[in-house]
Amino acid sequence: MAEKGPHQPFRMTAFFAILQRDFTLGLRQGGGAGAALAFMLSVLVLIPLALGPDQNLLRRLAPGIMWLALLLAVLLTAERIFQQDYEDGTLDAFVGIALPLELVTLAKALAHWLSVGLPLAIIAPLLGILINIETTAIPVLMLAMILGSLSLSLLAAIGGAITAGLRRGGLLVALLILPLYVPVLVFGVSATLVETGPSGSFNSLLVQLAITMVSLVIQPWASAAALRAYFR
Amino acid sequence: MTLRATNLACERNDRLVFSNLSFTLAPGQCAELRGANGAGKSSLLRLVAGLVPAAAGTVTFNGDADISLPVHFIAHQDAMKASMTVEENLHFWCAVLGGENIATALAAFSLEALKNDPVQLLSAGQRRRLTLSRLFLSHRALWLLDEPMTALDATTQDSLRAHIRTHLKEGGMVLAATHGDLGVSPDQTINLGGNTRG
Repeated sequence: MAEKGPHQPFRMTAFFAILQRDFTLGLRQGGGAGAALAFMLSVLVLIPLALGPDQNLLRRLAPGIMWLALLLAVLLTAERIFQQDYEDGTLDAFVGIALPLELVTLAKALAHWLSVGLPLAIIAPLLGILINIETTAIPVLMLAMILGSLSLSLLAAIGGAITAGLRRGGLLVALLILPLYVPVLVFGVSATLVETGPSGSFNSLLVQLAITMVSLVIQPWASAAALRAYFR
Repeated sequence: MTLRATNLACERNDRLVFSNLSFTLAPGQCAELRGANGAGKSSLLRLVAGLVPAAAGTVTFNGDADISLPVHFIAHQDAMKASMTVEENLHFWCAVLGGENIATALAAFSLEALKNDPVQLLSAGQRRRLTLSRLFLSHRALWLLDEPMTALDATTQDSLRAHIRTHLKEGGMVLAATHGDLGVSPDQTINLGGNTRG
């Protein structure tokens, strides 16, 4: 935990050190980015088997399925964001560092995005070929997913902080943040709907950008407040 | 540089752990925290570190109530990542704590030979040495140590005692919860009670 004194300048080296460490851990540990990718891949492989070989049906459902897979993959890793640092005493040892707890949580949320959300957002639309996605929709879907996955990671960091001290908090994280994921999902899918045309896509992307900005503002305070409650 | 605690009280789970605790720690002084298991030694350290709010009373540092104290807090948990090497862990803490380099920290408890080993392969005592080496990544006036001698072998206990003496000689302060011997005669003993015999 970190409290900033009035005489201490922010130290961004600390911010980037936390970002870099969490990114490395996310890639190195089995349950991080690898698990999320494997999850998404298995969903995409199983969907055509479950729905049957109707190419047109798959094409129509593809963007929605991609979004669901992304959303659930991010959710799968949400509880890990703070749990380890809470359990191994890292959060306690942050006492007296020149970085407020709010920015500590932001660094961790961004690391989660860089190691889980962003790679999935880039790979997912390409994997969409497995379920016969419209190739012209891929660029828009990728853009929407890059934006959307950032807000998914930020919101996951709120849920992760609330359940940091709970054993097996995964289900609770899901219940807490799924409602917050609804707007991201709705506007993410509508950006890739062919019916709305380019201007509809653009408007949906703008709303998505707005959701991401709001998440960016709220997340550090919400996560830090949740973690502080655990220190009591 | 003075640490002053006035009429501190601590509550955990609506149970009063201790109350009316006052003490002052001046540069070069060491205070020993004694008490039975559960008497509130760790709670007091967390309270001084600013991790938990006091139920009553104040902790000030140089008369300043801001708890961004220049503090090193060594708790029970090691705050090291098992899948990273000793060196990677120290580099991380060095950057976070604003230290210069990790050479001094590696040397403090002779961890040089282990620096490329992943932390998950270390023994309990080696992990403890790694945790304690955080003290030497950057200078902090106040060391808060929670049972620092746990799991350490005799040689390492001696070098920790030597490090504590040096830190005090340089005007540092130490507040340590311990059941053992810190290697210095404490300037004061804070007894939190319980059925303890020293």
